[in-house]
Amino acid sequence: MPAEKIACLGVNHHTAPVAVRERLAFSGDCSRPLAAIKELAGCDECCFLSTCNRVEALLVADPTAETIKAAREFLFAGSGLSEREVEQYTYLHIGSAAVRHVFRVAASLDSMVVGEPQILGQLKDAYRLAVEHNAAGPVLHRLLSKSFSVAKRIRTETSIGSSAVSISYAAVQLARKIFGDLSGRRVLLAGAGEMAELAAEHLLAQGIGKVVVANRTLERAMNLARRFNGEAVGLDELVPQLAGVDILISSTGAPGLILRKEEVRPIMRQRRHQPLFLIDIAVPRDLDPGLNDLDNVYLYDIDDLRQVVEVNKAQRKQEADKAERIVAEETIKFDHWLANMDLGPTIAELRRKADEIRRAETAKTLAGLPDLGLEGQKALELMGNAMLNKLLHHPMLFLKEEGTPEEKRRNLLLVRKIFGLDQSGGNGNGG
Amino acid sequence: MDILFQLVFAAYLAATATALVFFWTLNQRLRTVSRGLLLVAGLLHTGYLVARAVVSGHTPIASSHEAVSFFAWALTWAFLIFRWRYRVKNFGAFVTPMITILMIVALFSPRQVVDLPPALQSWWLPAHASIALMANAMLALAFCGGIMFLLQEREIKRKRLGFFAERLPSLEALDNLNQHCLSIGFPLLTMGIITGSVWARQAWGAYWQWDPKETWSLITWLIYAAILHQRFTVGWRRRRAAIMAIVGFGAVLFTLWGVNFFLGGVHSYAG
Repeated sequence: MPAEKIACLGVNHHTAPVAVRERLAFSGDCSRPLAAIKELAGCDECCFLSTCNRVEALLVADPTAETIKAAREFLFAGSGLSEREVEQYTYLHIGSAAVRHVFRVAASLDSMVVGEPQILGQLKDAYRLAVEHNAAGPVLHRLLSKSFSVAKRIRTETSIGSSAVSISYAAVQLARKIFGDLSGRRVLLAGAGEMAELAAEHLLAQGIGKVVVANRTLERAMNLARRFNGEAVGLDELVPQLAGVDILISSTGAPGLILRKEEVRPIMRQRRHQPLFLIDIAVPRDLDPGLNDLDNVYLYDIDDLRQVVEVNKAQRKQEADKAERIVAEETIKFDHWLANMDLGPTIAELRRKADEIRRAETAKTLAGLPDLGLEGQKALELMGNAMLNKLLHHPMLFLKEEGTPEEKRRNLLLVRKIFGLDQSGGNGNGG
Repeated sequence: MDILFQLVFAAYLAATATALVFFWTLNQRLRTVSRGLLLVAGLLHTGYLVARAVVSGHTPIASSHEAVSFFAWALTWAFLIFRWRYRVKNFGAFVTPMITILMIVALFSPRQVVDLPPALQSWWLPAHASIALMANAMLALAFCGGIMFLLQEREIKRKRLGFFAERLPSLEALDNLNQHCLSIGFPLLTMGIITGSVWARQAWGAYWQWDPKETWSLITWLIYAAILHQRFTVGWRRRRAAIMAIVGFGAVLFTLWGVNFFLGGVHSYAG
């Protein structure tokens, strides 16, 4: 099967501003879009992922652009964007680039805060949904389960994950340095990013009193607020809301500042100078750096938090490089597997494997029979060959059987599994 | 009696040293040792004050040595009682050096027992002087809390959490400390001034005669009154409250010593 059949189409925080991502708004139930994409002509397998920072469709489709185009149209239906804009905001990875992308997403190398662990769970949920809806076939099974093991490998072999966890841990530690006991304190989440959720979860675990979620679209805010048992407000209420909260975690995708020093100064008087801990984890920044100069206001951006946990910048770069190397390595491995998914290579491989066995066993037998004449030896080799050919005859027919592409791929996988063609050094092939 | 004083001094010194080493190394055993030593020092100090009272026949707050020594004693017990009611992480590392400094001042002041002039022989002496010095002790605790607050806040603001961030309590706890100390210290200070005034009426016939010490007590009182007023009305807290606690304590120290050195007046024969 040509690798070009795997395609990944989507928008994320790198390619589209939050305003665009929000217009896609597939919050909550993903089964409807999943089912719709599965029904597109030429789509063999699909998986649909929607998080705060990304919406992507992973397709195994006919290598004509039609299916991808239809999928793109579906994603942006109702967004009111022109076709040119749509193309500008989306990315499309095909073949190994798509494989690499999926691995990077799973390993959280593509996240707003590199290394944050939630994306893996979200990807797993998307995969589970695809399995439940019979949308995932052999290729996606392999690709996604491989992506989970790649993520795991990167997590254990590099310190990329610990950095994100320790950043939100650092935020909690700082909050404790400022407020002491966190119970009864209120936290306001502005924007709903993966990292903000992680930090909010840590704070909740520390007994924070209440979570308020402010978002441009109230619907999304409400979804998140429900998760934290909190309250939802619009982003335009941010400044008045500050009068009643103690911690603000800001992660909107706004292009400019959403909160300025001059707006907070009068609020501090209203707060009777109760301290305010501002955490800015958005890139570009949401909060005016000058805010830190106000009395009783403590502003930390993502780099400050990193500095607190003393994760050295050079070391971080090194870890990221290591992770990218792992991704590249695993992508090559996957491409290799994918190439073998074609009939020709599988048949050749099967024959090669059978031949190897025959040769090894014949040699072993002959070594124990030194009296056997040349003729006897020839007869023994012929017998081995004939047995193998007979034995492989039906599996070969089975492989060449006509059927839908999906059936054929399933058969191929089955044969590969029965004959252990994907096992290298006992390194399981199930992924 | 000199030996007893030296013993007290040595105990304070040892408590301070272990508290500082604990602050540096965070070895939990040293903290217990330091606390024990301070308790021993406090008890010995009490014995010393009693012995002095017996020898002189009056409350030992008459000379400069006695006043400073009493101040240190009050600070020790204020701290110990405070810790028993309300725990502040590593507070001891800041309070014990202060006690030791006071004791050094006491060490170098003339230690002979003085006879009280007849004008001062009154029950108002122990009442006025001990209340005023206990107020000073509480205000000294607020001062230590203020220093700790500023150190901690500086590291948080500069985003370099290092030596102090690890060792000091949260800003909230330090601000509460400030409030607790002031809400005990300020009423004591008020009572100290009132008892002094009543005693002045008895001894010299006038409640208030704008003697430099009286004036400075009033200034000190006004500073603390302003701090508390601002805290409860507009919410002067935290950084500002910490700075004001330090400034206020500067006024306390000036009232206690500066006035005697620079200005003289009716209190000049006493601490």
